[in-house]
Amino acid sequence: MSEIRRRDPRREWIARNRLHPEHASVLAEQGGAASEWLGPNGVIRKNPRAIGFIGPNGIKRIDRSGAQQGGHAAGAARQAAQDSRRQVEIPEPAFLVAVVPELSGGRLSGHDKDLLGLARRLADADPARPGAVLAVVFGEHKEDAFGEAGIDRLLHLPGDGYAGFAPEARLAALTAVERELAPRHWLLPDSPLGGADLGRRLALRLSERPATGVWHIEHDDQAPLGWRCTARGAAESLDIQRPLPRVALALAECAEPVDETRHAAEPVSLVETLPSAFSRIEDLGQVAVDPAGVALAEAEFIVSAGNGVKDWESFHHAAKVLGATEGASRVAVDDGFMARDRQVGATGTWVTARVYLAVGISGAIQHLQGIQTCDKVVAINLDPGCDMIKRADLAVIGDSAEILAALVAMVEQQRGGQRDAA
Amino acid sequence: MRPEQQGIEVAVLVSVGRHPITGRARRADQDARGLEMALGLEHQLPGSRVSLLHAGPRSEEGEAALRGYLGMGLDTLTLLEQAEGSDAIPALAEHLAAAPPQLVITGARAERGEGSGLLPYALAERLGWPLVNGLAAVEKVENGVATLLQALPRGQRRRLKVRLPAIVSVDAAAPAARQSAFGPARRAELAATAVSAEPDRELAEWQLAPARKRPKRLKIVKAASARDRFKAAAAKAEGGSGQVLEGVSAEQGAEAILKLLNEEGVLR
Repeated sequence: MSEIRRRDPRREWIARNRLHPEHASVLAEQGGAASEWLGPNGVIRKNPRAIGFIGPNGIKRIDRSGAQQGGHAAGAARQAAQDSRRQVEIPEPAFLVAVVPELSGGRLSGHDKDLLGLARRLADADPARPGAVLAVVFGEHKEDAFGEAGIDRLLHLPGDGYAGFAPEARLAALTAVERELAPRHWLLPDSPLGGADLGRRLALRLSERPATGVWHIEHDDQAPLGWRCTARGAAESLDIQRPLPRVALALAECAEPVDETRHAAEPVSLVETLPSAFSRIEDLGQVAVDPAGVALAEAEFIVSAGNGVKDWESFHHAAKVLGATEGASRVAVDDGFMARDRQVGATGTWVTARVYLAVGISGAIQHLQGIQTCDKVVAINLDPGCDMIKRADLAVIGDSAEILAALVAMVEQQRGGQRDAA
Repeated sequence: MRPEQQGIEVAVLVSVGRHPITGRARRADQDARGLEMALGLEHQLPGSRVSLLHAGPRSEEGEAALRGYLGMGLDTLTLLEQAEGSDAIPALAEHLAAAPPQLVITGARAERGEGSGLLPYALAERLGWPLVNGLAAVEKVENGVATLLQALPRGQRRRLKVRLPAIVSVDAAAPAARQSAFGPARRAELAATAVSAEPDRELAEWQLAPARKRPKRLKIVKAASARDRFKAAAAKAEGGSGQVLEGVSAEQGAEAILKLLNEEGVLR
């Protein structure tokens, strides 16, 4: 009797299924991910994925001599190889191309970088007489790679007067820039948060008829500024070809972002002091909206749960306290813990959050595709080797329930402190 | 006693829209949302008056589209009749300056012609009135000051106070327009007045063509070695410059996360 090998197909299936809730316990029962074992028919089976190490060039190596060694010294060399941008200085620019980036969240967005690429095309058209790209930045920012994005001159206007919705103060500053520096081109992103509003105001203040929705420019000697542009009109149903005016509002992907050169981003300042404009519009600040009502695709802050979450009550509570929209991985949805419309990933929603907090998500490739455009990814996970940790900007290895509980306590304490101070 | 709320004059600027698939004339979506907001305001502030204003040529197709607005519950629409291809801004500015309403509501951009969304800005610049874009709701109007809710991307809202008279533009965040009733639309009046108009010469010089599909951006890999190119082509999650906290207590981990959330400013 005892010689008959008993197989449990279900447990074997669980051991193969990395996403199964009982995967870890079954694997541990079998003695971990073994590299060699006796198969059901008496044949030795080998798992080549369980052995070996990652070599210095990032390739997996299996050392059959028995002495395993691996190096991580190649990291620094790879860093140096990536850093091959050409430094460009433009001390005496023939003209200026002014760009007003939207700086959503205090950093240059992808749209801003495309716009700066467009500005570089305008500035570098004639190599004998290069122009300089001037960026006008309002308020506080967190960006430290202005030079890499292609900015030669940086005009930073700090101050609370530009915070929130302050089109009149911003317009006054831009007209001062126009009077003093007289740029040849003005470029703004045609995006709802930044340039779409300010650019139209600026153009009319400068008595220009701007081109809006510009997505392509090309040389044209007949045009007054030497360029002609193609712009979208009539609710995206029309392409308008016209000479490029002084003020242009460009769409995303209007040009390739700068990636071969590094520029000076030299600080400049205005000579005249800006008058504090009397404003007829008063900003009373943002209104609290119900995060559950925000569509997942456009939510700014998402807390997403996966297979690693066991205590769902505390997860929902944490999302509520953090004021985040809830998301989920496919496993959590399949297991019935979250609704189908909350699924993030290739088969669910492609999200664009600025901060994505992944709780107990190992990071299947379909899920990572869905969070491609997120700015900051924070991962809480038990497994330090999973793909989500590799993608994350900040990863904390530990029990998700405990960490979330500590986070909730800290946020509540912080809020309480603020309320007391106020 | 409750202070009596006074009604205000609201002018809604409407245009002839274009159905995105069939290309037929219709009531423009954003303008209809603007009118819906004005009608809501009439309900909110008893005694308010809503007037409709359109500048453009008179044609059979356009008239049917304009009657779509009248079918939402208005008796009359003022039509400033102009020749095809003329600039609507001077005529509208003149009309608004002659009998200034307290609030002008427009759509963010037209569905025909240039569709640049410049009209509200041009009117605000000419009349010298403040302008608020992307309106989601009018909360209240008191003593010549309106409290508005502005829609931001990502479903956020911002509260603003604006001194009247003002121009506001609405986009897709405003409440959806009610259905247009055919009978009242037929019975309502289109009050047309001919106005002098100068042709828009600049627009006539431009080349207009049906929108071409924009080229999709290719992922260009600039790598020195074949191995780097292969890695970029078979892109999987790569070990970035991310910080990994291992073997820390839950409090330390939570503290690091809280610091990042505060830096990004997503906690409110």
